[in-house]
Amino acid sequence: MAVQEQDLVGKPPRASLVNDPKVRGLFYQVVLVAAVVFLGWEIVHNTIVNLEKRNISSGFDFLSITAGFGIIQSVIDYSETASYGRALMVGVYNTIIVAFVGIILATIIGFIVGVARLSNNWVISKLAYCYIEIVRNIPLLLQIFFWYFAALRAVPDAREEPLSLFGVVFLNIGGLWAPKPIFESGSSIVVAALIAGIVIAFIVKRWAHKRQMATGEQFPVFWTAFGLIIGLPVIAYLVTGMPISLEHPEFVNEGPILRRGFQIGIGTNVIPEFIALLLALSVYTASFIAEIVRAGIQAVSHGQTEAAHALGIRHGPTLRLVIIPQAMRVIIPPLTSQYLNLTKNSSLAVAIAYPDLVSVGGTVLNQTGQAIEVIGIWMLVYLSLSLATSAFMNWYNQRMALVER
Amino acid sequence: MKTKILPILLGAAMGVAATTGANAAKLDDVKAKGFVQCGVSQGLPGFSNPDSDGNWSGIDVDYCRALAAAIFDDPQAVKFTPLSAKERFTALQSGEVDVLSRNTTWTATRDTGLGLNFAGVNYYDGQGFMVRKSLGVTSALELSGARVCTNTGTTTELNVADYFRANNMPYEIVAFEKADEVVQAYDAKRCDVYTTDASGLYAQRLKLTNPGEHMVLPEIISKEPLGPVVQQGDDQWFNIAKWTLFAMVNAEELGVTSANVEEMKGSDNPSIKRLLGTEGAYGEDMGLSNDWVVRIVKHVGNYGETFDRNVGPDTPLGISRGLNALWSNGGIQYAPPVR
Repeated sequence: MAVQEQDLVGKPPRASLVNDPKVRGLFYQVVLVAAVVFLGWEIVHNTIVNLEKRNISSGFDFLSITAGFGIIQSVIDYSETASYGRALMVGVYNTIIVAFVGIILATIIGFIVGVARLSNNWVISKLAYCYIEIVRNIPLLLQIFFWYFAALRAVPDAREEPLSLFGVVFLNIGGLWAPKPIFESGSSIVVAALIAGIVIAFIVKRWAHKRQMATGEQFPVFWTAFGLIIGLPVIAYLVTGMPISLEHPEFVNEGPILRRGFQIGIGTNVIPEFIALLLALSVYTASFIAEIVRAGIQAVSHGQTEAAHALGIRHGPTLRLVIIPQAMRVIIPPLTSQYLNLTKNSSLAVAIAYPDLVSVGGTVLNQTGQAIEVIGIWMLVYLSLSLATSAFMNWYNQRMALVER
Repeated sequence: MKTKILPILLGAAMGVAATTGANAAKLDDVKAKGFVQCGVSQGLPGFSNPDSDGNWSGIDVDYCRALAAAIFDDPQAVKFTPLSAKERFTALQSGEVDVLSRNTTWTATRDTGLGLNFAGVNYYDGQGFMVRKSLGVTSALELSGARVCTNTGTTTELNVADYFRANNMPYEIVAFEKADEVVQAYDAKRCDVYTTDASGLYAQRLKLTNPGEHMVLPEIISKEPLGPVVQQGDDQWFNIAKWTLFAMVNAEELGVTSANVEEMKGSDNPSIKRLLGTEGAYGEDMGLSNDWVVRIVKHVGNYGETFDRNVGPDTPLGISRGLNALWSNGGIQYAPPVR
């Protein structure tokens, strides 16, 4: 008896390995990993075998072959003699441009509508309400078609008198035509002055903040910054002898009909496919952002406003210094999802001939037949863009997060 | 729970493995399922176009029906899969369709790099340009500075780039995924020029608001031999696809039509006897019955009949035979003999 009792107290009786939870857990983990690895290998192996069997060429060599097709919008040098890889890069840049501008525009519209939705003015709040309910309940593709086909037919033809904004910017079926800045020698000084202005304004802001913390004295930071950022480049521009000139779009009204209208390559042309896609994406996403903003502001308890007013803070600063910083903590995480959605939705561009990654990639896929490689590139690019957006927003979220002491 | 996931994963892996061996002997697969799965366009009048009841017609559709008639003696034993220019080869490569009959140009890349086999040419086409008459343009060489609408993922996109570059003319290309969107954009005057295969231009012109305001320019800038396509690796199926087309051309050449095919069976002409299977066993060698051509011609007609019915001068498209006439009539449609 005594021996047995001692055994029970000292070491627990050793269970068989089969019943040991640690061993079992480890065993199943290993089996699971092996199964996943096997499955992955099997898929890759099968694909390769099947491709070989059907005489379909594979590999990434096609990226250096001449593409031979034109692309209507490209921010990097591209011509028909460039390679497929270059064509895909054009697509990547076009996707980034429309996503980036779309995110900025959607955020601005979304914040305005979100705040308007909470307005005490009945008309403004109901207008915002209607906007949100209509826009977010119509499929995005239909909205893209609406902006492209319906709005496109409403503007003048390429050869008719275009719609003009202050005689500087024009709109017709060929898109938006604006002056193009031409940088001559010496213009780098102006750009340097602009950068210097921004940097100095930033330093002044930090200094003013420190001084206010220490002495309570305020400094007119806004006007100083305004003067620095606008003033410095303007002075540099005048001193260096105005090295930047504007090239206005040229509208030809006579001669052969095909040569009439705005001339390709003179001035800046924003193609209507871009405008339609940008409008559709930002108007659609803005309706979701508006609701997120409303939720964020309403999440801040009304006591905060009352407390601020009790301290004698005016309405504007209350919103700017008390409400918004707290609301941002609620707003940012869902906002990130909307940014990701917008980026991914930009792939609907293919429906209206905007040469984004999916559209250009589709052409490459068809000309080369390398479906798996092209789809792999698509996934990789969208994944990278989404992860980059997430990383940035997470960083911003951490900055805005409540600092607990 | 973990114990239950494992068999599923393994099962899935085995499933992937099992599909490897299943793509041989397409004819047996087709006979087993009872119909031919045929890849067609998303709507190109004269070639493959659905009517309001969903019935497909056109020269490409007739080819699929001929294939079904040869195998099943039933031209209705076909299911159609509408495919965009971009999707078509992937659909064929993956075996989603048995045959692709979708106004597809025969090129070296497609024949080799994509693992496909072209079964012949059922329409000799060439790329052309359509413009508004009001532009006052009479030749494609006057199109310098034009904005051109076309489809993505087609040879036209490459041809137009070559043509404008070779003639040193600036241009802008607006490329849509679907033909309907190209037509809409051209109709909305986004582009000055609509370019695709000439036959397609005649067909799409019917969809414009005022077809009379548009004209097809005389220049043909490329060779576009259009024909049915099958996967590589199944010679029997490739032979059936090839000879279905040849049979239709041979039938026209020998004067066998859907109206007279029954009485032609009694003909003394040895060529006709071999074609209609009253002599020899040419059908059986392919895995079909010996009266395979009778079935094709009886149900679908010969090549000339399908041409006239779908795209010929008496149809809205009004295309003359031209290159597509028989070799004996000044065209280049020529089929090897059945013997």
